[in-house]
Amino acid sequence: MNAKTYITVDGNEAVAYVSYRLNEVMAIYPITPSSPMGEWCDQWAAEGKRNLWGTIPSVVEMQSEGGAAGALHGALQTGALANTFTASQGLLLKIPNMYKIAGELLPTVFHITARTLATHALSIFGDHSDVMAARATGFAMLASASVQEAMDFALIAQAATFKARVPFLHFFDGFRTSHEVQKIAVIPDDIMLSMMDVKAIEAHRNRALSPDHPVLRGTAQNPDAFFQGREACNPFYAACPDIVQQVMDELARKVGRHYHLFDYVGAPDAERVVVLMGSGCETAHETVDYLVRKGEKVGVVKVRLYRPFDIKQFVEALPASVRAIAVLDRTKEPGAAGEPLYQDCVAAVYEGLSQGWGQLRSMPRMIGGRYGLSSKEFTPAMVKAVLDNLDAPQPKNHFTVGIQDDVSHTSLDYDPDFSTEGDDVVRAMFYGLGADGTVGANKNSIKIIGEETDNYAQGYFVYDSKKSGSMTVSHLRFGPREIRSTYLVSRANFVACHQPVFLERHDVTQPLVPGGTFLLNTPYSKDEIWDKLPRPIQEGLIRKKAKFYVIDATSVARASGMGGRINTIMQVCFFALAGVLPKDEAIAQIKKSIQKTYGKKGEEVVRKNIQAVDNTLANLHEVPVPDRVTSTVDLLPGVTPDAPEYVRSVLGKLALNRGDELPVSAFPSDGTFPTATARFEKRNIALEIPVWDEKVCIQCAKCVAVCPHACIRMKVYAPALLTDAPATFKSTDARNPDWKGLKFTLQVAPEDCTGCALCVDVCPARNKQEAKLKAINMRPQAPLRFQERDNWNFFLTLPEMDRRKVKLTQLRSQQVLQPLFEFSGACAGCGETPYLKMLSQLFGDRLLIANATGCSSIYGGNLPTTPYACDAAGRGPAWCNSLFEDNAEFGLGFRVSLDKQKEFAGELVRKLAPVLGDDLVSGLLNADQKDEAGIYEQRQRVAALKQKLQGNSSLEARLLLPIADTLVKKSVWIVGGDGWAYDIGYGGLDHVLASGRDVNVLVLDTEVYSNTGGQMSKSTPRGAVAKFAAGGKPLPKKDLGLICMTYGNIYVASVALGAKDEHTLRAFLEAESYAGPSIIIAYSHCIAHGIAVDMGVGMRQQKLLVDSGQWLLYRYDPRRAAAGENPLQLDSTAAKAKVQEYLLSENRFRMLTKSKPEEAKRLFELAQKDADARWQFYAHLSARKPSGNGHADEPTAPQAKV
Amino acid sequence: MDLATTYLGLRLNNPLVPSASPLAEKLDDVKRLADAGAAAIVLHSLFEEQLRLESAELDYHLTHGTESFAEALSYFPESSEYRLGPEEYLDHIAKAKAAVKIPIIASLNGSTLGGWTDYASKIQQAGADALELNIYSIPTDFHLAAADIEKTYLDIVGAVKAAVTIPVAVKLSPFFTNFANMAQRLAEAGANGLVLFNRFYQPDIDLETLEVKPNVLLSTPMAMRLPLRWIAILHGRIPVSLAATGGIHRATDALKMLMAGADVTMMCSALLRHGPQHLATVRREMVAWLEQHEYESIAQLKGSLSQKKCADPTAFERAQYMRALSSYTFDPAMVTPAV
Repeated sequence: MNAKTYITVDGNEAVAYVSYRLNEVMAIYPITPSSPMGEWCDQWAAEGKRNLWGTIPSVVEMQSEGGAAGALHGALQTGALANTFTASQGLLLKIPNMYKIAGELLPTVFHITARTLATHALSIFGDHSDVMAARATGFAMLASASVQEAMDFALIAQAATFKARVPFLHFFDGFRTSHEVQKIAVIPDDIMLSMMDVKAIEAHRNRALSPDHPVLRGTAQNPDAFFQGREACNPFYAACPDIVQQVMDELARKVGRHYHLFDYVGAPDAERVVVLMGSGCETAHETVDYLVRKGEKVGVVKVRLYRPFDIKQFVEALPASVRAIAVLDRTKEPGAAGEPLYQDCVAAVYEGLSQGWGQLRSMPRMIGGRYGLSSKEFTPAMVKAVLDNLDAPQPKNHFTVGIQDDVSHTSLDYDPDFSTEGDDVVRAMFYGLGADGTVGANKNSIKIIGEETDNYAQGYFVYDSKKSGSMTVSHLRFGPREIRSTYLVSRANFVACHQPVFLERHDVTQPLVPGGTFLLNTPYSKDEIWDKLPRPIQEGLIRKKAKFYVIDATSVARASGMGGRINTIMQVCFFALAGVLPKDEAIAQIKKSIQKTYGKKGEEVVRKNIQAVDNTLANLHEVPVPDRVTSTVDLLPGVTPDAPEYVRSVLGKLALNRGDELPVSAFPSDGTFPTATARFEKRNIALEIPVWDEKVCIQCAKCVAVCPHACIRMKVYAPALLTDAPATFKSTDARNPDWKGLKFTLQVAPEDCTGCALCVDVCPARNKQEAKLKAINMRPQAPLRFQERDNWNFFLTLPEMDRRKVKLTQLRSQQVLQPLFEFSGACAGCGETPYLKMLSQLFGDRLLIANATGCSSIYGGNLPTTPYACDAAGRGPAWCNSLFEDNAEFGLGFRVSLDKQKEFAGELVRKLAPVLGDDLVSGLLNADQKDEAGIYEQRQRVAALKQKLQGNSSLEARLLLPIADTLVKKSVWIVGGDGWAYDIGYGGLDHVLASGRDVNVLVLDTEVYSNTGGQMSKSTPRGAVAKFAAGGKPLPKKDLGLICMTYGNIYVASVALGAKDEHTLRAFLEAESYAGPSIIIAYSHCIAHGIAVDMGVGMRQQKLLVDSGQWLLYRYDPRRAAAGENPLQLDSTAAKAKVQEYLLSENRFRMLTKSKPEEAKRLFELAQKDADARWQFYAHLSARKPSGNGHADEPTAPQAKV
Repeated sequence: MDLATTYLGLRLNNPLVPSASPLAEKLDDVKRLADAGAAAIVLHSLFEEQLRLESAELDYHLTHGTESFAEALSYFPESSEYRLGPEEYLDHIAKAKAAVKIPIIASLNGSTLGGWTDYASKIQQAGADALELNIYSIPTDFHLAAADIEKTYLDIVGAVKAAVTIPVAVKLSPFFTNFANMAQRLAEAGANGLVLFNRFYQPDIDLETLEVKPNVLLSTPMAMRLPLRWIAILHGRIPVSLAATGGIHRATDALKMLMAGADVTMMCSALLRHGPQHLATVRREMVAWLEQHEYESIAQLKGSLSQKKCADPTAFERAQYMRALSSYTFDPAMVTPAV
């Protein structure tokens, strides 16, 4: 046996480590939480790392998981050693090919980070609903329960698949295992290679499709043949479990870790046994160990090989003494006789008994239950509850554990204070801000402790669903023994709060054990801090007899040139206080790791970090904890007190990360939630907010238009309304001649603003006395918070402008419309949300949005709150996300349905003419709804109709009333990103646009998969560095607009708000007014571009983008063609700057000049050629002379003279 | 015609040298300059501050937004290495050396003592024939005395000289209280040559956007008066090579500089305007002038009108406006009204 080498990695890296070494083709598509596996492989391939066969694997990113499965199937048929990674919906899209792959006995391994399937809601977290949906495909299914097992089982699956010829699905729990960082023993390369059966691989190669020895596969078969053919594979499945066990035995001989198809842990004379698979096994193992030490006769069976299910091995794993078994499923199958593992186990025990296998002599009591859906915590307390339930005279069957089910009463009670954790484990929790580097520093600490000491180490990180100002909570454990605690730390020896603002809402001392250490980053000194703490924090510290330390890490970071990144400083404090390592040794290790981590980014970065380490300890101070509570300040609620009851009691709890406390009855049964709830969160995340100078302002409304969070708004109103205004409320005379005599106010929502400063950057007005000042300027938020909160609240009471009086084509007028999309959790400075806000202003009160999965569905629809809002009449956007791949079709469904209902409503109106009167009928059916006035009048008519039908019991009236509102024009928008429109959803998008129906498509084009972390899409421009394009994308961006134009009947616009705002506005209005299909491709700057100052110059980037010719502004309007004009209007001018000037202003391009300077030069020159060619082509198209049929006349050659 | 001259101990076949500018950034242009007759080439500057900034910027962008959101724990692929040091510049030196036969002078603009010396020795290793140090900043610290600033210059020259064996020139600004004294002390600190003078970004105001926009304007022949004066004053008085830079556009400009005492005349704006082939034109015209005026060599005229050798040494010291204007008769009738 080799001496063990340990590495500290997460589950994804552990699996990718094995997979990369043993495969040569990987077809992938990004999906959380599996994306990092593909990314690791791509990165290693980009670095030229060879696999154990001696070649660099080919990693190919496809347009969807379905595409990846297809490509993989092809690669396997032609003899490649190929595999893939995926999860959740991605696995569903692979299922058709999986049946084929298994049916053709092709050896491969699919590594799955098991993740929840979208049902009543999407969830990115872990459970087994996806893998259970694939259990009928014929794939063998191997479940690993820990990071170590993820590495080991990746190898076992890889070795077994070639021997067995059965494809394998190796799965491990999404996030809990895929993202948990653990110290594990690495399998040496020579052992890995020695496990592979070269003969079996030769056989696979020899079976490959080849014209040199041609065969036919994929035939179509008739009733006479298919059934027999299907049964022909049985011997392979029969042999598979033994093969897996042999491989497991071989691995045990070579590395000392012995696994079995079913591993039993617990008392040899156990009476009660729990059966489960996945990461929960570790918690169950830990709990059973603890209970057995306490004398209980309990045990756990860990299911490793779930398919093919080896009945004999399963029953043989059960001790003879077992009298009750609880089978736990991490999935839900509504309406089934029980969840899948339960059913399998019941059938297995029954069959085992009838065959006389194993030691059981009578049928034990068997019950099933569900746990841990969507990464719901699964703790020793819950395992104990499950075992206790088995002891009950009438155990609850088909139970749930981990929630409180007050609807169907399925849940088991458990004692939350029950703990199995030993005293020799250091448990630490860190509350950090996404941007401050806390998680990175903790990962680094785990590496240091894991790799430089004999301790085992574990880290798990809980992220926010918001993309800006998000809180991260790190859970770290260190100890002398293997750590099996696959659940969050709830009893911490050390708690650090890296941002003082968290104390406002969260009792961070709650998890602290008595005598534990609490570390706080705060600008207050050790003498001032006590009185600044909220009461529950003071109480917690006193009650826990905590040791309390403070540091002003933000100042230390600034002094060390680190900006807002306090990671290194807080890391030093942790090592200084937690005592895992001697202080000096720890600091030496931190410095060593700084050199290692940052060395390649240049000496400057290393120097600053070392400086930060050196500056830390002198600034770390202990605060004596008084024995008396002095504070009267309580914690803030999750939402404001004026929120509706449901928002307060349910969504407010979720906002405080206390959703686990909510019972089943708190939730809707069909996933329906109220809108207009983001306004109640008041997250207070901006350090600085814009302040209006009414004297300098020219009232152009650009700031209002670009604000990604609708935090800066304007209103125009009668002067008399100012009577009750707060003293500091600002106003001035409206400058727009249409609003003569009215007052104008620009107001900022101080507690919703993210402080991105986009508004200040676009402000064109300058103070004539002091040119650095504009009409809005950033100022510290804290001193303004309460004053501006009052002003904001007063501002909201001012009436909205009558929509009929607004000039929609004029930005300074149009922006007075109320945004019905506000305060989203998008990144500060987001480039997408201003478009959605504009959309909501223009059509929000009659808008339906079909939203593809991606950033816009996350900031648009992730609980706890939604930014989609309502106007005073209660109207606002109705929003729904179906899937990633089907969004265009989903939106078309809206249109078809609404059109049908409107048509039917019209028919009913005609039938009801005697009741409604001919005038109303004619008005309703012939309404001109082209403008706001027309829509207003139609709404009046529909109101009259409803009035007249009140109490009318005729069938026609009853049929008409619920659909009467469809008579008012509805605007259907299909919204998604470029990953959807250019890649996974393109087929559907094409079909929907070709349908001719009146749908509007908004493509928020960030030129990269933003939501999943910056993977290349077909929209990514040439030369951009993205994941799967580490060497710069070699090929140009797909021209989606041009493709759409070829239909001739689609309205197409390409816009960039920051380059020409009124052009964007015009495009939205034209697209919506066009009665056929429309598509707007909206350039959206993004955090994945690497733009300066936290995206605060995003709009300037858009201008430079257009000025350089890298992006064209145009509108293609089929109506113009019908009128004999050229349908294409090119709205940007010839380039005023070189493309390179733009490219070098964004990190996605510039970093290529640092990683591959020669390639950067080559691609940037090609990018210039792309831009030149595109401009010439579009200029040509837009200059052509149209003919009457809508198509342009091509210049014809003169007749040859004879 | 013998155009040969010696600069920093390097034997050059003529006195025309392109000064540090973007012109030498591309290898093709380096070759073009050599083909057009450049006697040596000063490469564009390596800015230590820029390298530091790029390192910090790259780190910022690679970490910004990371580890915040569960689905996107990072936004860029990690590269195993980045070229953030002077490697590219050093490669360029080596390639330029291989591509042309004339001396290659590297230019270094540092901001820390470590940077100056580290990069200087790497530049030497890369094969540069000489090194030009570009020491310049606008001191705005109200408490920083001129003597301290001057000492920093001397310390840098001393440190760089200790780190390399190739000749070192210092490119300076004219803004010293006593430039002659500064020149003398730089020579004592080991400088092998002085390049007079540096031109730099100067602020401008955009009236439309009300923003201050620093930029570089290409020089005009007007700019040569200042270096002309100081070269004439220094020539023959301190034991260093003198390079004239700023405002040299035509052969006659270069000849004047040489007569004042320059060992080489450096050009930038004229080459950016007219292209590398302009060097050949200047050289041709220079030869024509020399032949027409029956000179034998550059050596013959070099310094012939320096302060030491000219007929009226005080002419180089005249500074007062009134005295300068005294030869100019004011005629109200000739005044053109401003538009």
